Amino acid sequence: MLPELDEERVRHRIARRIAMEFENGDVVNLGIGIPTLVSDYIPEDVHVIFQTENGVVGAGPKPEKEDLRYIGAGGRCLSVLPGGACIASDLSFGLIRGGHLDATVLGALEADQEANLANWMIPGKMVPGMGGAMDLVTGARRVILATTHTNKKGEPKILRKCRLPLTGKAVVSLIVTEFAVLRFREGKLVLEEIAPEVTLDQVRAATEAEFVVADPLLPMKGIEKEEVVA
Amino acid sequence: MSKRIVKPVLSAREAVAGIAGGATVMIGGFNYGGVPYTLVEALLEQGATNLTLIANDTAYDDVGHGRLVREGRVKKVVASHVGLNKTTQRLFNEGKMELELVPQGTFAERIRAGGFGLGGILTPTGVGTVVEEGKQVLEVQGKRYILELPLRADVALLRAFRADTMGNLTYRGTNRNFNPAMATAADLVIAEVDEILSPGGLDAEDIVTPGILVDILVMKGDSYYASRT
Repeated sequence: MLPELDEERVRHRIARRIAMEFENGDVVNLGIGIPTLVSDYIPEDVHVIFQTENGVVGAGPKPEKEDLRYIGAGGRCLSVLPGGACIASDLSFGLIRGGHLDATVLGALEADQEANLANWMIPGKMVPGMGGAMDLVTGARRVILATTHTNKKGEPKILRKCRLPLTGKAVVSLIVTEFAVLRFREGKLVLEEIAPEVTLDQVRAATEAEFVVADPLLPMKGIEKEEVVA
Repeated sequence: MSKRIVKPVLSAREAVAGIAGGATVMIGGFNYGGVPYTLVEALLEQGATNLTLIANDTAYDDVGHGRLVREGRVKKVVASHVGLNKTTQRLFNEGKMELELVPQGTFAERIRAGGFGLGGILTPTGVGTVVEEGKQVLEVQGKRYILELPLRADVALLRAFRADTMGNLTYRGTNRNFNPAMATAADLVIAEVDEILSPGGLDAEDIVTPGILVDILVMKGDSYYASRT
């Protein structure tokens, strides 16, 4: 069993760690949920260009005065930063599919050791549709998953093989959970970082997928910046 | 419809009067942005049923074209995302409405194909997923692509920003989304706009949709979202 962490702490921990992944000039699309928080944690010396699939390159934070003609994919108002552009959906997805995005950050229902991702439907239950997710995982150079390590029932989300319908096949580059950072290196899933609250055995028990342990296995970056909650 | 250089400016009610039951209707928008609310409200009142709705999403139960779904006026939805409209999911799960889910980039490109005279498009999106089921998968230069077919409609309802009387259109912010592509892919194109200027009132360099694609102009109304988006 994994220890239980405060939900907000989990969300922000994952976002903060992912925000360390980018280089100056990277063009990045953030999905809804935890991924949205990533923009709050981009280091000051790194300039990332955020793209929203509904038509902005160079999106900025919510402005003081809201204008409903400028929204992000989740429906929240955004600003267009100086140098930003408003574009149509066909061009926006041309950028996405055409390899012009350095990374996309998405949530996951399931991921597996073959770098497959399932995050768009649960047959018979939830049919929200894939939206832009299938194009994003197909076209972005790196697909970064922001996800809790287990589901609400405590079952592993990182599997040997996804059971739900796939969003993309062999597309995942990096998985960041509240307890671990797992990266695909030459087709193999490698555990690179681990959170202080858990042991390697606990991570193994909560992960169905086979993975290699990096040498050295590092403490999860960014946690030292979390405010200590009494 | 005979060719007209100066486009009629009609009320929303007049503009949608000819949309027949069973028609295929494209509606612009993403989430609540760029939706032609005034035209959709007029279509709700007009009463046509058995519609096939081609729109990126089905908005919300009580917003925009989501209301067409809620009122049982739609027999089929072609969209990329319907998660914000509970009625869409319910009607589909109960087998009362057809739903064709299309990846959003494929959705945009199928509309473009429909309007640009292409027989289809080859996309890598969806390869290895349920999206490729029942479709031709072609290998081109060592890479696998799904053949996706064009989408066209009887009518497109668009939301633009400024127009001139010749039907030229500009867009604002994220309201642009699928509207310019849809302008190319329907037999009748109706655009809801903020303002209608004289020819020359728009800078030719700023025009996104040339007026030859647009048949009817309608001024936006004053409902909550129409006036704010």
